[in-house]
Amino acid sequence: MCECTCSRAEPCRCPCRRAVQAPRAPRPALRAAGAPRPAARAPGGGAGSARTRVRKGALLWNLVAWLCTRIPMALVNGRLGLFLTHFSRAVNQRHFSLTGACGAVQKLTRVRVVDNSALGNTPYHRPPRCIHVYNKTGVGKVGDKILLAIKGEKKKALIVGHKMPGPRMTPRFDSNNVVLIEENGNPTGTRIKIPIPSILRQQSGEFSKVLAIATNFV
Amino acid sequence: MAAAGGRLLVRSSAAGCRGFSTRGSANKDPPTTFQPPPKRERSAFQPPSKPVFVDKATLGSQRRFLSPEFIPRRQRTAPFKFYVERLDMIQRRKVINIPEFYVGSILSVTTADPYANGKTSRFVGICIQRGGNGLGGTFILRNVIEGQGVEICYELYNPRIQEIQVLKLEKRLDDNLMYLRDALPQYSTFDVDMKPVHVEAYEDVPVNTLKVRMKPKPWSKRWERPKYNIQGIQFELPKEKMEEAKKWSKPWVPFDMLREYDTSQLEEEIWEEVNEGLKK
Repeated sequence: MCECTCSRAEPCRCPCRRAVQAPRAPRPALRAAGAPRPAARAPGGGAGSARTRVRKGALLWNLVAWLCTRIPMALVNGRLGLFLTHFSRAVNQRHFSLTGACGAVQKLTRVRVVDNSALGNTPYHRPPRCIHVYNKTGVGKVGDKILLAIKGEKKKALIVGHKMPGPRMTPRFDSNNVVLIEENGNPTGTRIKIPIPSILRQQSGEFSKVLAIATNFV
Repeated sequence: MAAAGGRLLVRSSAAGCRGFSTRGSANKDPPTTFQPPPKRERSAFQPPSKPVFVDKATLGSQRRFLSPEFIPRRQRTAPFKFYVERLDMIQRRKVINIPEFYVGSILSVTTADPYANGKTSRFVGICIQRGGNGLGGTFILRNVIEGQGVEICYELYNPRIQEIQVLKLEKRLDDNLMYLRDALPQYSTFDVDMKPVHVEAYEDVPVNTLKVRMKPKPWSKRWERPKYNIQGIQFELPKEKMEEAKKWSKPWVPFDMLREYDTSQLEEEIWEEVNEGLKK
């Protein structure tokens, strides 16, 4: 059983395992020539070729080789988190750069669910992400339907506010807000406390039920 | 009361007027040694001077405020274009009162909204930025409602605006309060039903010297850098970070003559033109 909260049968490779595992012994940056090579962390395609590349008695080559094992591994994994754990031994305060730029909602955007549905409010180790935007451009604005990956399942949602500045006289929110929705357009939750832009009333036919559960309008 | 009319009551000091004295009561026990009364200069009774009503409005110390969108930026367009634009702005100002306000004042704006019940929507917030020129002059109001930060960029001359009311007229230490997005939410929360605070026309605009506390980094912009020249943040960063930020300072910029743009002459002319237009 996986030690983290994801309750999978085999240990998962999710970033939470970094917190669950005991901290690893510090790895020396440069090995002395001739010292036994430490066991590779995970089998990677680059490791085998790196061993043949290293010559005895060349400290610089050791470092380069060690780097060469790490970089292709990170590319293979495609996981920035694992890559950073190897380097951030000394600098433990390395942060991810979250998108501070004001962008609208597109694929892989982390969103905030603002209704009181169970799916949107139960904690999960991954934030809900957009995986598809249902319009011609891949950029979702207020009133667009998107597909979310939430708690390991797919769910449709309606965008009710984004960080990107829009037309003048319309509100701009400090987070990308979203309301969970069923296939027929009915909202999953029963109340929305966060203010909703009144421009949504324009498409009153489609979103009338969502507007009915909203309490605040901006 | 006189205060409502903006007048100041100047009273002479109370030194001249004499109240009742209690020297009349006789002492029951005679003093053992005779103590002469304290010497006082005896002069004729001076009646108190009549109160002088000083009308501050006539003194000419009323503050002059020319809205920043009237002053054109330095560019190569012919001034006639701005003159024609100002005519339209004056026309609009005759219809609706656009009050004087600064970045840091708390405003309430009522707009016509076809999609809101009652057809009008009201928003209260602090002005964090004034931008745009001429008829496109904008201001951004920010407030935190139900824990969600909301900003609306209003156009001053948009016909949908029905009323702009200044609830609290004040200035802050900076011209641009965009750092409120990265500050703790309590600094952007304002009561929607707050009562307007009155400031007299002749008084100086109060400056709020509040220093705001920030959320932990990362911020949307690196506000500690000298490029933004923020005075209104209580930086709780370590000294090394503050020293590192000074690396990006450009000390030659205040002395750069090519960046100089003196608008005093232009402001005088536009002030007279606008006042004349509004009187008609």
